[in-house]
Amino acid sequence: MAIFGLWVINKAGGLVYQRNFADGLAQLTSNEYLVLAGTLHGIHAITSRLSPMGPSSGAQVIEGESFKMTILLTATGTKFVLLTSLAELSAESILQKVHEAYADAVMKNPFHTPEMPIRSEGFDLRISFLIGNGQM
Amino acid sequence: MAYSQPHPRLSVLSNSSLSSVEHLSPTTSSRYSIPSAPSINTALGTNKQALSRPNIYDRNLNKPRVTDVSGAAFSFLFSEIVQYTQKRVSGINDLERRLNTLGYRIGTRVLELMVWRAESSSKTPKREIRLLPSLMSIHTQVWRAVFGKPADAIEKSVENADEYMIIDNDPSIERHISVPKDMSQLSCSSFTAGIVEAVLDGLGFPARVTAHNTPTAQFPTRTTILIKLEKSVLEREELLKQ
Repeated sequence: MAIFGLWVINKAGGLVYQRNFADGLAQLTSNEYLVLAGTLHGIHAITSRLSPMGPSSGAQVIEGESFKMTILLTATGTKFVLLTSLAELSAESILQKVHEAYADAVMKNPFHTPEMPIRSEGFDLRISFLIGNGQM
Repeated sequence: MAYSQPHPRLSVLSNSSLSSVEHLSPTTSSRYSIPSAPSINTALGTNKQALSRPNIYDRNLNKPRVTDVSGAAFSFLFSEIVQYTQKRVSGINDLERRLNTLGYRIGTRVLELMVWRAESSSKTPKREIRLLPSLMSIHTQVWRAVFGKPADAIEKSVENADEYMIIDNDPSIERHISVPKDMSQLSCSSFTAGIVEAVLDGLGFPARVTAHNTPTAQFPTRTTILIKLEKSVLEREELLKQ
């Protein structure tokens, strides 16, 4: 049970927040993270159109051999992505709480510009508190 | 000479100090007029609507039906206020002064309502003229009316006799605000300082009130509201003591 990292992707596919919590995945440069986030944004857009039953919310979990990626898409198009180990069960509830922290510490902060990288001490603190608790 | 132009805060007391005249900027003074006409017109024009949804001015002043407002809604509103103000100023001092002026307009109303609620039911209504009880009532009553809890401490400055400090360990208006490092002197509680300044002005204790960040390990958003009283206030206090 481990949480490796958290990404926040804005509605245009740009990575606005990226943070690692535990080792276990390859270390990437910030540019590589940007490219991956953009790719995920594209994949997500495709998966949301693949459903034969009409509109879909798109991919929610992508699993690999050693990790899984849980995606929360908000009503405004912002995506929260949590990279965890396969056994991690609380990913979805953590993402809900991350969304709450984002609404509080980022959207209510007058010094944050929408769609721009998140540089908010309050958000960092809330995330540390949250994921620190989530890991047990 | 201070009377040649209308004071933006409609305050007579602080006209004696030069510092408060600095607040006056001709380009902005029209913003501070009270826009009451449109809401009255709509209430008269659409009578049916007025019946189904009573006007806020028709409510009983003494018994507020809803005592709390949504914290989230206020946070978004205050965030927009700060962003709006920030776009129209140059520098942190200017921003703090504008926030102070906005708070001042709240403070005049808070004082009026507070005095009405506290004294109208009292058998012996009185007006507070001594400094310390007034400061205490700001610390408890004003804070409770505006933020729903009393302030955490009130202190007298050791160095200067004319300075008092009201301390809030976790100001609710700053709860979701992270000030960037390059603006670290900025305290959005200047808004609160404006409220305090208006209440003091209204009670007859003209003062300059400013807000300062004084974080501690336990309370990272701890804020000190610094009250610097005018000389006349201290002189009058001396006379009242005799």
